[in-house]
Amino acid sequence: MVLKSLTGNYAVALAVKMARVDVVAAYPITPQTTIVEKLAEYIDGGELDAIMIRVESEHSALAAAYGSALAGARAFTATSSHGLLYMYEWVNWVSRARVPLVMAIVTRTIGPPWNIWTDHSDYYEQRDTGWIQGFAMDSQEVFDMTLQAFKISEDPRVYLPVMIGLDAFILSHTSMPVEVPEQELVDEWLGARTQGFIIDGSEALIHGALSSPEYTEEFIKDMGKAMEEAVEVIREVDYSFGRTFGRSYGGLVELYKCSDAKYHLVLMGAWAGDAMEAVDTLREQGYSIGVVRVRYTRPFPGEELYKALSSSKGVIVVERGVSFGSMGPMFLDIAGNMLKYSRKLPYMRNVIAGVGGVNVTYKDFEYIAKETIDYIESGEEPSVMTWYHARRSK
Amino acid sequence: MSSTPTLPRDMRNTVLPGHAACHGCPIPMGLKVVGAVFGDKVILVVPACCTSVVLGMHPGTAFNGSVIHVAFASAAAVASGISAGLFKRGVRGVQVVAWAGDGGTADIGMASLSGAAERNDDFIYVMYDNEAYMNTGIQRSSATPAGAWTTTTPLGKKESKKDVTKILIAHGVPYVATASIAYPHDFYNKLKKAAGIRGFKFIYLHAPCPVGWRFDPSLTVKVAKLAVETGMIILYEYYDGKIHISGPSRPLLDKSRRRPLIEYLKFQGRFHGISEGELRNLESYVDSSWEWVKKFMQ
Repeated sequence: MVLKSLTGNYAVALAVKMARVDVVAAYPITPQTTIVEKLAEYIDGGELDAIMIRVESEHSALAAAYGSALAGARAFTATSSHGLLYMYEWVNWVSRARVPLVMAIVTRTIGPPWNIWTDHSDYYEQRDTGWIQGFAMDSQEVFDMTLQAFKISEDPRVYLPVMIGLDAFILSHTSMPVEVPEQELVDEWLGARTQGFIIDGSEALIHGALSSPEYTEEFIKDMGKAMEEAVEVIREVDYSFGRTFGRSYGGLVELYKCSDAKYHLVLMGAWAGDAMEAVDTLREQGYSIGVVRVRYTRPFPGEELYKALSSSKGVIVVERGVSFGSMGPMFLDIAGNMLKYSRKLPYMRNVIAGVGGVNVTYKDFEYIAKETIDYIESGEEPSVMTWYHARRSK
Repeated sequence: MSSTPTLPRDMRNTVLPGHAACHGCPIPMGLKVVGAVFGDKVILVVPACCTSVVLGMHPGTAFNGSVIHVAFASAAAVASGISAGLFKRGVRGVQVVAWAGDGGTADIGMASLSGAAERNDDFIYVMYDNEAYMNTGIQRSSATPAGAWTTTTPLGKKESKKDVTKILIAHGVPYVATASIAYPHDFYNKLKKAAGIRGFKFIYLHAPCPVGWRFDPSLTVKVAKLAVETGMIILYEYYDGKIHISGPSRPLLDKSRRRPLIEYLKFQGRFHGISEGELRNLESYVDSSWEWVKKFMQ
């Protein structure tokens, strides 16, 4: 094991290299670029024995990655925002084809107006595509999650593609120390690629042909089942990763100071670290609060969240994205999924913040938490959904 | 392309009985030649097009080889990926063939086609050209010739046909050719030659559609032949920086040996009622195509 200082993007690239991918197909977009630049360096420098397909668009990036994965190669691509939206047809195609593949999403605001800073709209918009979706908090987790993504995607119970989210600039371009394991250990833990079927001419196979509604429904239902199975696979992979490399994250959800907490901040991504810092300060001030950090949004960790939140006095879901005309996508997921376990939900508040890349710090989390808790403690309930608008509130 | 080889007998084993093509469809004719060259050692990459339907419905299939059906714009990109994946894994002796219609090539697939050509990725791209969106019901594409009726050009297409072959020549790829379903030996030889070249190979395949062009299904080969004999479609290869004219078209370098264009048009309902002006327009399109070819033969 060595300690390296890596940006989030370089952590992705290093993990992809250590997973010994065979084919990288990518198209540049800010702020994803340094991932593919680094991979090109690895490949041209002879450090990674892979083929790089420098495609003419994101639509082709995922199509080419898909082709190589279908032919039995371990494949990878990465994109952001408009690039992700441009490849949207293929995002759906790959998952429905049940082909293991990994893609990094450096989350970035969607235009107009042009804006390269982080919010989670691009990532959220993929939630019905059938991809497994994970979101990292720091460079170490980016590295670990990317390696784990290959293992999860290639598990015979799953055979679905996996996308890993990381925040633009806050993570993608900020250096942090990362523990990098030995290559041999990675090889041994990850193993050779497995997939449901390979099209390489060794036998005549037809994929994606015209199909009846009945067969199609069966394929789609199977995808749903694989997604359900993925819950256990993600937990297992997190556990075995911990046993091999010494780091576990608690499965699909990480709990921070939650064991005795009465109130809970729920969120995902880099700013979860700021929320944890806010919780430390709030605890010093006597507030009983913890952070529930969502690591995977597909499959959605309903069971974990029910266990963590069912007896909460107040759940504050803070999100960098909104479903227009409705609420925050994660808030809706939490509410819906908790209903699977109980008809009675705790008090829940949805705060939309940091949209368009507006900087949200630990002080903002302190404010949001205090405001909510003070309301509830005084017997009042604040409105269920609010925008925490930096420009107007400061 | 002067010699006439015997096509292997097993060409009938590639496209199996029971396919879903319309009567007189040129697609099985073309695919049989692909099968004659590669047997089952072929991976077809098929975007949305008539072939998506022709090859039959899950769990059955009418193609005795591997087929990957892909999203409309992506035949070339997926073929690039397959080719890279096979190469990386050390799989040899399997030919990747992107098999796309004119819509999937000249229109929505143009960017990914151009990308793969520019990268010189190693596979054969066949554009079978039935000159409109036939699968969705005869809507015009950029490869529809001027004057032709389609459901979206009820008064006839105003613009000239986009010549994709020229565009591919401009990419500087190692092999570009035109072929016709009326000349299977010629198409066979071109596929064979393409298979022996590393890098990007493009073959244009003229494929008259009885349904969309409004002619009797028994006349497909005759119409395809007339397209060549009138000079509307010119069969040639481009490699080593030059056009090499193919056997069936060679005599037609002499304009007097070309049949009058009207002989090709008159069988096709889509050209019924074209004006004198539109006919002249098509004739000058043919002439300029030949002038262009001649220039590149030097």
